[in-house]
Amino acid sequence: MRHILSILVENEAGALSRVAGLFSARGYNIESLTVAPTEDETMSRMTIVTTGSDEVVEQITKQLNKLVDVVKVVDLSEGRHIERELMLVKVRASGKDREEMKRTADIFRGRIIDVTDKSYTIELTGTTDKLDAFLEALDKGAILETVRTGVSGIGRGEWVLKA
Amino acid sequence: MELKLPPLAETGETLTGAEIAIRCLQEEGVEYVFGYPGGAVLFIYDAIFNQKKVKHILVRHEQGALHAADGYARATGRPGVALVTSGPGVTNAVTGIATAYMDSIPLVVITGQVPTRAIGEDAFQECDTVGITRPCVKHNFLVKDVNELAITIKKAFHIATTGRPGPVLVDIPKDVSQQSARFHYPDKVHLRSYAPVAKGHSGQIKKAMQLLLEAKRPMIYVGGGAVLGEASHEVTELVRLLDFPCTNTLMGLGSFPASDKRFVGMLGMHGTVEANMAMQNCDVLLAVGARFDDRVIGNPAHFAAGSASRKIVHIDVDPSSISKRVRVDVPIVGHVKDVLTELLALLKAAKEKPDAAALAAWWDQIGAWRAKDCLKYDRASKIIKPQFVIEKLWEITKGGAYVTSDVGQHQMWAAQFYRFDKPRRWINSGGLGTMGVGLPYAMGVKLAFPKADVACVTGEASIQMCIQELSTCKQYHLPVKVLNLNNRYMGMVRQWQEFFHGNRYSESYMDALPDFVKLAEAYGHVGMRIEKPADVEGAIREAFALKDRLVFLDIITDQTENVFPMVPGGKGMSEMILAEDL
Repeated sequence: MRHILSILVENEAGALSRVAGLFSARGYNIESLTVAPTEDETMSRMTIVTTGSDEVVEQITKQLNKLVDVVKVVDLSEGRHIERELMLVKVRASGKDREEMKRTADIFRGRIIDVTDKSYTIELTGTTDKLDAFLEALDKGAILETVRTGVSGIGRGEWVLKA
Repeated sequence: MELKLPPLAETGETLTGAEIAIRCLQEEGVEYVFGYPGGAVLFIYDAIFNQKKVKHILVRHEQGALHAADGYARATGRPGVALVTSGPGVTNAVTGIATAYMDSIPLVVITGQVPTRAIGEDAFQECDTVGITRPCVKHNFLVKDVNELAITIKKAFHIATTGRPGPVLVDIPKDVSQQSARFHYPDKVHLRSYAPVAKGHSGQIKKAMQLLLEAKRPMIYVGGGAVLGEASHEVTELVRLLDFPCTNTLMGLGSFPASDKRFVGMLGMHGTVEANMAMQNCDVLLAVGARFDDRVIGNPAHFAAGSASRKIVHIDVDPSSISKRVRVDVPIVGHVKDVLTELLALLKAAKEKPDAAALAAWWDQIGAWRAKDCLKYDRASKIIKPQFVIEKLWEITKGGAYVTSDVGQHQMWAAQFYRFDKPRRWINSGGLGTMGVGLPYAMGVKLAFPKADVACVTGEASIQMCIQELSTCKQYHLPVKVLNLNNRYMGMVRQWQEFFHGNRYSESYMDALPDFVKLAEAYGHVGMRIEKPADVEGAIREAFALKDRLVFLDIITDQTENVFPMVPGGKGMSEMILAEDL
């Protein structure tokens, strides 16, 4: 099962490696990990996408809570939530494919943010599924480079994750 | 105009970082620091030189410093403190830190680091201390500002000693120990990200009580958490009140008195038949400060299948210990002592009593398992049996000694045959299984309790892993008694090779052993070699009679003796091999 963990950590040197080290030491999966400071500069917020049985994810949550730098852990996938990922894709765009590429980007509500006579760079935001679907819609040979941020998530409604 | 008070940190006297570090230890009431000097900690050693309150014990290898501090902590319950230099000082200490971490022992480890400006430049004796130790500490800090030093050391003691205890490391760059700051030691610290649970959930405790009262085949399984949580008194009262059988893990020995008839012995890979069978067949299991690890319950699937209707209550201070290997029905997160106190009060107030007839039948069953006499060995042997040595040690010290051990067969025999009646008397590396801990553990214990009998039960392989500490024992007059069960083999390795590797004793024979008697004498101690069963008792008596001397007993034991019972790796608890099966 796929889970999205939101983690508030002290904005200290080494906090990221404590979290990442926990996952590798105990053999847990990380599908993606994002981290950046929050509006409170003493804290960072991480979003980790992981997979595992309910028992494994329960252990991951408990082990994360044990880390002294971890302020709070929430499994966003337990409730209503929104998730987004940003992807930048550089694609071949020349000749007759150029117009088709633009249309495909439009369908997925992607934006072309850099242009040369042979290429487009497309920015796309959405769920992991949507980004995957976009890549699948493209001709494999047309993709020159992709970079993805990994998932960021937030709970729906007025509920907030606070220290 | 607004009145500005100076921040607290600026009200005290001005000290160097090195002086601050030592003052913090004084404020914490630290008696001993176990350490080894080096370039990065020279200022700190200077600060040690200029005071008398904190006594420094100079070991011969940093691993010994950590083990000695660890042994001190295990015996006293107070945090052990070690001080080592950067680079190799730290890497040598890692085994000791990891050993303490696996058994949840509170330590504060102060390490020197190269000056802040040199960090990351591959400086002489530089290593990434915080990185190297991260997976084997409860927490660690690199102090980059001398103004943060006192509060960081306070945090280190706080984190090490609260919740599930563990080692905490404070890395101090040389320039930080040289710079000055106003000294103020806070009374307490608050960390928003660290709030260990204290009180167990009352509703859960009620459920636990109900299950215990309804039990027909109950079992109480007590681990190291009861020792660490000082809950031995409550455990004992509970077991006696209910008249239930009780087993202790290797780490829990002494938390319930072995001399009580309700004690069914240690459980696990080398546990008794009665303990393992009762675990496997009970209908209500109360686990106290234990973690169902692989050496205890063996194969978790086999354990779960053992008694389909078995209900498990698990009390532990660490939520991550609960339902890690075995699903439990009533988890109770909290200090074991507090939870048991509440549970005891409920049980005493309860109108219901356990089903006496069912309990009597259960005790009959346990009696039948007990009758197997699974720890029996050949008492008529002409070669010294290691079990016999431990029995004599128990007899001569009247069961009251502090016994440290190394790791292997001798450790298991000491655990099986020295019947501990009190907690914190059995000092061994259970989780990491570190060979070499025995002698430095004994040093830490002897410093803490100079008048107590301290015996180090070891083997000729383990003792050589930290034998240099015989020199430390001489310098600080630590008259511990070393019982070297010398079978010329890494006995446990040999045993596994005999059972599971077709008697191919690959590299487990200890060739070219030193003359341990001469070696002990060379270090300035008394050495004796014992080769006949008839001489064992006299030699142990003589060793303990030599009150002010370290005595090294080199006891030549049976090479072929194996530890029984044995649950082979990956098997279930009831799948024991007994001596009589072979």
